[in-house]
Amino acid sequence: MRNLRLSSHSRRAALGDRGRRAHPDEVVAVGGYLDEQFCQVEDLQDDASPNFTEEVVTLFFKDSARLISNIEQALEKYPKDFSRWDAYMQQLKGSCSSIGASRMKSECMSFRDCCGQGNPEGCMRSFQKVKREHGALRQKLEAYFQLVRQAGPAGAATRPV
Amino acid sequence: MAGCKGGLGGEAPHVLAVDDSSVDRAVIAGILRSSKFRVTAVDSGKRALELLGTEPNVSMIITDYWMPEMTGFELLKKVKESSSLKEIPVVIMSSENVPTRISRCLEEGAEDFLLKPVRPSDVSRLCSRVLR
Repeated sequence: MRNLRLSSHSRRAALGDRGRRAHPDEVVAVGGYLDEQFCQVEDLQDDASPNFTEEVVTLFFKDSARLISNIEQALEKYPKDFSRWDAYMQQLKGSCSSIGASRMKSECMSFRDCCGQGNPEGCMRSFQKVKREHGALRQKLEAYFQLVRQAGPAGAATRPV
Repeated sequence: MAGCKGGLGGEAPHVLAVDDSSVDRAVIAGILRSSKFRVTAVDSGKRALELLGTEPNVSMIITDYWMPEMTGFELLKKVKESSSLKEIPVVIMSSENVPTRISRCLEEGAEDFLLKPVRPSDVSRLCSRVLR
Protein backbone atom coordinates (compact mmCIF):
# COMPACT_ATOMS: atom_id res chain seq x y z
CA MET A 1 0.00 0.00 0.00
CA ARG A 2 1.56 3.22 -1.12
CA ASN A 3 2.05 5.97 1.43
CA LEU A 4 0.57 9.13 -0.04
CA ARG A 5 3.39 11.60 0.25
CA LEU A 6 3.69 14.44 -2.19
CA SER A 7 6.55 16.86 -2.20
CA SER A 8 5.53 20.49 -1.95
CA HIS A 9 6.85 20.89 -5.48
CA SER A 10 4.58 18.14 -6.78
CA ARG A 11 1.69 19.56 -4.88
CA ARG A 12 2.27 23.02 -6.37
CA ALA A 13 2.54 21.48 -9.82
CA ALA A 14 -0.64 19.50 -9.27
CA LEU A 15 -2.51 22.54 -8.06
CA GLY A 16 -0.98 24.96 -10.55
CA ASP A 17 -3.86 24.60 -13.01
CA ARG A 18 -6.24 25.68 -10.34
CA GLY A 19 -4.11 28.70 -9.50
CA ARG A 20 -3.37 27.70 -5.93
CA ARG A 21 -0.03 27.53 -4.23
CA ALA A 22 0.97 25.30 -1.37
CA HIS A 23 1.62 26.81 2.02
CA PRO A 24 4.64 25.04 3.53
CA ASP A 25 3.26 25.23 7.05
CA GLU A 26 -0.12 23.75 6.15
CA VAL A 27 0.56 20.08 6.46
CA VAL A 28 -2.02 17.40 7.09
CA ALA A 29 -0.89 13.86 7.62
CA VAL A 30 -3.21 11.82 5.48
CA GLY A 31 -0.31 9.70 4.30
CA GLY A 32 -1.05 6.01 4.25
CA TYR A 33 -4.80 6.39 4.38
CA LEU A 34 -5.30 7.44 0.77
CA ASP A 35 -3.86 6.33 -2.53
CA GLU A 36 -3.50 7.74 -6.02
CA GLN A 37 -7.24 7.48 -6.66
CA PHE A 38 -7.80 10.36 -4.22
CA CYS A 39 -5.50 12.50 -6.35
CA GLN A 40 -7.54 11.52 -9.40
CA VAL A 41 -10.68 12.73 -7.63
CA GLU A 42 -8.99 15.98 -6.62
CA ASP A 43 -7.85 16.54 -10.18
CA LEU A 44 -11.50 16.64 -11.25
CA GLN A 45 -12.05 19.73 -9.14
CA ASP A 46 -12.17 22.94 -11.14
CA ASP A 47 -13.81 26.35 -11.19
CA ALA A 48 -17.11 24.81 -12.28
CA SER A 49 -16.96 22.32 -9.38
CA PRO A 50 -14.82 24.02 -6.73
CA ASN A 51 -15.92 21.71 -3.91
CA PHE A 52 -16.02 18.49 -5.89
CA THR A 53 -13.61 16.57 -3.70
CA GLU A 54 -15.33 17.44 -0.47
CA GLU A 55 -18.72 16.65 -2.01
CA VAL A 56 -17.53 13.20 -3.08
CA VAL A 57 -15.99 12.55 0.33
CA THR A 58 -19.25 13.62 2.00
CA LEU A 59 -21.13 11.16 -0.19
CA PHE A 60 -18.63 8.49 0.73
CA PHE A 61 -19.10 8.92 4.46
CA LYS A 62 -22.87 8.99 4.13
CA ASP A 63 -22.80 5.84 2.02
CA SER A 64 -20.19 4.06 4.13
CA ALA A 65 -22.01 4.79 7.38
CA ARG A 66 -25.12 3.19 5.92
CA LEU A 67 -23.22 0.15 4.68
CA ILE A 68 -21.43 -0.30 8.01
CA SER A 69 -24.78 -0.17 9.77
CA ASN A 70 -26.15 -2.78 7.33
CA ILE A 71 -23.20 -5.04 7.98
CA GLU A 72 -23.53 -4.62 11.74
CA GLN A 73 -27.18 -5.63 11.58
CA ALA A 74 -26.43 -8.53 9.26
CA LEU A 75 -23.74 -9.84 11.60
CA GLU A 76 -26.28 -9.89 14.38
CA LYS A 77 -29.43 -11.02 12.56
CA TYR A 78 -27.94 -13.48 10.07
CA PRO A 79 -25.27 -15.52 11.87
CA LYS A 80 -22.75 -17.14 9.54
CA ASP A 81 -24.53 -15.82 6.46
CA PHE A 82 -21.18 -15.22 4.80
CA SER A 83 -22.72 -14.63 1.43
CA ARG A 84 -24.85 -11.78 2.75
CA TRP A 85 -22.00 -10.33 4.81
CA ASP A 86 -19.68 -10.50 1.80
CA ALA A 87 -22.18 -8.81 -0.50
CA TYR A 88 -22.48 -5.82 1.84
CA MET A 89 -18.73 -5.61 2.32
CA GLN A 90 -18.20 -5.76 -1.44
CA GLN A 91 -20.23 -2.57 -1.74
CA LEU A 92 -18.24 -0.87 0.99
CA LYS A 93 -14.98 -1.95 -0.56
CA GLY A 94 -16.10 -0.49 -3.87
CA SER A 95 -16.81 2.88 -2.30
CA CYS A 96 -13.42 2.86 -0.59
CA SER A 97 -11.78 2.10 -3.88
CA SER A 98 -13.56 4.96 -5.61
CA ILE A 99 -12.13 7.62 -3.33
CA GLY A 100 -8.76 5.97 -2.76
CA ALA A 101 -9.36 4.96 0.87
CA SER A 102 -6.65 2.32 0.66
CA ARG A 103 -6.28 1.32 4.31
CA MET A 104 -9.99 0.94 4.78
CA LYS A 105 -10.23 -0.97 1.51
CA SER A 106 -7.53 -3.32 2.73
CA GLU A 107 -9.52 -4.13 5.86
CA CYS A 108 -12.65 -4.68 3.76
CA MET A 109 -10.69 -7.21 1.72
CA SER A 110 -9.57 -8.98 4.91
CA PHE A 111 -13.19 -9.26 5.99
CA ARG A 112 -14.11 -10.76 2.62
CA ASP A 113 -11.26 -13.23 2.93
CA CYS A 114 -12.67 -14.32 6.29
CA CYS A 115 -16.09 -14.73 4.68
CA GLY A 116 -14.51 -16.90 2.02
CA GLN A 117 -12.88 -19.02 4.70
CA GLY A 118 -16.14 -19.34 6.65
CA ASN A 119 -14.45 -17.75 9.66
CA PRO A 120 -17.03 -15.79 11.72
CA GLU A 121 -14.58 -14.74 14.44
CA GLY A 122 -12.20 -13.47 11.81
CA CYS A 123 -15.06 -11.54 10.24
CA MET A 124 -15.92 -9.92 13.55
CA ARG A 125 -12.31 -8.89 14.17
CA SER A 126 -11.95 -7.56 10.64
CA PHE A 127 -15.17 -5.64 10.91
CA GLN A 128 -13.92 -3.87 14.03
CA LYS A 129 -10.82 -2.85 12.09
CA VAL A 130 -12.96 -1.60 9.23
CA LYS A 131 -14.88 0.60 11.65
CA ARG A 132 -11.66 1.90 13.23
CA GLU A 133 -10.20 2.78 9.85
CA HIS A 134 -13.46 4.45 8.89
CA GLY A 135 -13.33 6.65 11.99
CA ALA A 136 -9.68 7.48 11.52
CA LEU A 137 -10.18 8.37 7.86
CA ARG A 138 -13.08 10.63 8.72
CA GLN A 139 -10.94 12.52 11.23
CA LYS A 140 -8.05 12.87 8.82
CA LEU A 141 -10.20 14.13 5.98
CA GLU A 142 -12.16 16.51 8.20
CA ALA A 143 -8.88 18.05 9.30
CA TYR A 144 -7.65 18.16 5.71
CA PHE A 145 -10.71 19.96 4.39
CA GLN A 146 -10.67 22.33 7.34
CA LEU A 147 -7.21 23.42 6.30
CA VAL A 148 -8.19 23.61 2.64
CA ARG A 149 -11.08 25.89 3.54
CA GLN A 150 -8.87 28.05 5.74
CA ALA A 151 -6.26 28.30 3.01
CA GLY A 152 -8.89 29.58 0.57
CA PRO A 153 -8.30 29.97 -3.17
CA ALA A 154 -4.79 31.35 -2.74
CA GLY A 155 -3.39 28.43 -0.91
CA ALA A 156 -3.85 24.77 -0.20
CA ALA A 157 -3.22 22.12 2.37
CA THR A 158 -0.26 19.97 1.56
CA ARG A 159 0.30 16.38 2.36
CA PRO A 160 3.48 15.45 4.21
CA VAL A 161 6.76 15.81 2.32
CA MET B 1 -7.58 16.68 -20.49
CA ALA B 2 -8.67 17.06 -24.11
CA GLY B 3 -12.44 16.93 -24.46
CA CYS B 4 -14.48 14.99 -26.93
CA LYS B 5 -15.55 16.69 -30.09
CA GLY B 6 -19.20 17.62 -30.21
CA GLY B 7 -21.82 15.90 -32.28
CA LEU B 8 -24.24 17.59 -34.61
CA GLY B 9 -24.13 21.35 -34.22
CA GLY B 10 -20.97 21.04 -32.10
CA GLU B 11 -22.95 20.08 -28.99
CA ALA B 12 -21.20 18.02 -26.38
CA PRO B 13 -22.11 14.33 -26.57
CA HIS B 14 -24.70 13.34 -23.99
CA VAL B 15 -23.71 10.40 -21.82
CA LEU B 16 -26.05 8.53 -19.53
CA ALA B 17 -24.22 7.20 -16.46
CA VAL B 18 -25.91 4.47 -14.45
CA ASP B 19 -24.70 3.39 -11.01
CA ASP B 20 -26.50 2.60 -7.77
CA SER B 21 -23.53 3.91 -5.75
CA SER B 22 -23.81 7.64 -5.13
CA VAL B 23 -20.03 7.87 -4.75
CA ASP B 24 -19.33 6.15 -8.04
CA ARG B 25 -22.04 8.15 -9.77
CA ALA B 26 -20.42 11.39 -8.62
CA VAL B 27 -16.95 10.28 -9.67
CA ILE B 28 -17.92 8.99 -13.11
CA ALA B 29 -20.04 12.10 -13.73
CA GLY B 30 -17.07 14.25 -12.73
CA ILE B 31 -14.75 12.38 -15.06
CA LEU B 32 -17.22 12.63 -17.94
CA ARG B 33 -17.83 16.34 -17.37
CA SER B 34 -14.10 17.03 -17.23
CA SER B 35 -13.93 15.38 -20.66
CA LYS B 36 -16.58 17.86 -21.84
CA PHE B 37 -19.44 15.39 -22.03
CA ARG B 38 -22.93 16.43 -21.07
CA VAL B 39 -23.90 13.97 -18.32
CA THR B 40 -27.09 12.61 -16.85
CA ALA B 41 -26.50 10.25 -13.93
CA VAL B 42 -29.17 7.88 -12.65
CA ASP B 43 -29.16 5.24 -9.95
CA SER B 44 -30.80 2.27 -11.65
CA GLY B 45 -31.39 0.47 -14.90
CA LYS B 46 -35.09 1.17 -14.56
CA ARG B 47 -34.49 4.93 -14.37
CA ALA B 48 -32.07 4.67 -17.28
CA LEU B 49 -34.73 3.07 -19.48
CA GLU B 50 -37.26 5.71 -18.41
CA LEU B 51 -34.87 8.45 -19.42
CA LEU B 52 -33.97 6.76 -22.69
CA GLY B 53 -37.66 6.71 -23.52
CA THR B 54 -37.86 10.50 -23.29
CA GLU B 55 -34.39 11.72 -24.19
CA PRO B 56 -33.62 11.17 -27.88
CA ASN B 57 -30.01 12.27 -28.00
CA VAL B 58 -28.02 9.96 -25.73
CA SER B 59 -24.65 9.30 -27.36
CA MET B 60 -23.41 6.65 -24.95
CA ILE B 61 -24.49 4.71 -21.87
CA ILE B 62 -21.96 3.84 -19.20
CA THR B 63 -23.33 1.53 -16.56
CA ASP B 64 -22.18 -0.35 -13.51
CA TYR B 65 -22.51 -4.10 -13.84
CA TRP B 66 -23.65 -5.02 -10.36
CA MET B 67 -26.85 -3.19 -9.44
CA PRO B 68 -29.92 -4.37 -7.54
CA GLU B 69 -33.14 -5.20 -9.46
CA MET B 70 -31.58 -4.76 -12.90
CA THR B 71 -27.91 -5.45 -13.51
CA GLY B 72 -25.88 -3.54 -16.05
CA PHE B 73 -25.88 -6.69 -18.17
CA GLU B 74 -29.68 -6.80 -18.14
CA LEU B 75 -29.78 -3.12 -19.06
CA LEU B 76 -27.35 -3.81 -21.91
CA LYS B 77 -29.61 -6.60 -23.21
CA LYS B 78 -32.71 -4.40 -23.09
CA VAL B 79 -30.92 -1.63 -24.96
CA LYS B 80 -29.64 -4.00 -27.64
CA GLU B 81 -33.07 -5.61 -28.02
CA SER B 82 -34.70 -2.23 -28.64
CA SER B 83 -34.93 -1.05 -32.23
CA SER B 84 -34.77 2.57 -31.12
CA LEU B 85 -31.90 2.17 -28.64
CA LYS B 86 -29.70 -0.58 -30.03
CA GLU B 87 -27.30 1.77 -31.83
CA ILE B 88 -26.34 3.54 -28.58
CA PRO B 89 -22.93 2.32 -27.44
CA VAL B 90 -23.01 0.75 -23.99
CA VAL B 91 -19.96 0.55 -21.74
CA ILE B 92 -19.97 -1.62 -18.64
CA MET B 93 -18.06 -0.83 -15.42
CA SER B 94 -17.24 -3.29 -12.68
CA SER B 95 -15.00 -3.43 -9.64
CA GLU B 96 -14.38 -7.13 -10.26
CA ASN B 97 -12.18 -8.53 -12.97
CA VAL B 98 -14.19 -11.62 -13.95
CA PRO B 99 -13.20 -12.81 -17.44
CA THR B 100 -16.47 -14.68 -18.06
CA ARG B 101 -18.45 -11.59 -17.07
CA ILE B 102 -16.38 -9.41 -19.39
CA SER B 103 -16.72 -11.73 -22.37
CA ARG B 104 -20.44 -12.18 -21.77
CA CYS B 105 -20.94 -8.41 -21.86
CA LEU B 106 -18.84 -7.95 -24.96
CA GLU B 107 -20.67 -10.80 -26.71
CA GLU B 108 -23.96 -9.15 -25.86
CA GLY B 109 -22.79 -5.99 -27.61
CA ALA B 110 -21.03 -3.88 -25.00
CA GLU B 111 -18.48 -1.58 -26.56
CA ASP B 112 -16.06 -1.81 -23.68
CA PHE B 113 -15.67 -3.06 -20.16
CA LEU B 114 -13.95 -0.82 -17.63
CA LEU B 115 -12.58 -1.86 -14.28
CA LYS B 116 -13.36 0.42 -11.39
CA PRO B 117 -12.11 2.80 -10.22
CA VAL B 118 -12.54 4.35 -13.66
CA ARG B 119 -9.79 6.78 -14.63
CA PRO B 120 -9.97 9.85 -16.86
CA SER B 121 -7.64 8.05 -19.26
CA ASP B 122 -10.24 5.28 -19.63
CA VAL B 123 -12.80 7.88 -20.68
CA SER B 124 -10.38 9.54 -23.11
CA ARG B 125 -9.86 6.15 -24.73
CA LEU B 126 -13.63 5.67 -24.99
CA CYS B 127 -14.06 9.05 -26.62
CA SER B 128 -11.90 8.18 -29.59
CA ARG B 129 -13.11 4.59 -29.95
CA VAL B 130 -16.78 4.63 -29.10
CA LEU B 131 -18.03 8.04 -30.18
CA ARG B 132 -17.53 8.33 -33.89
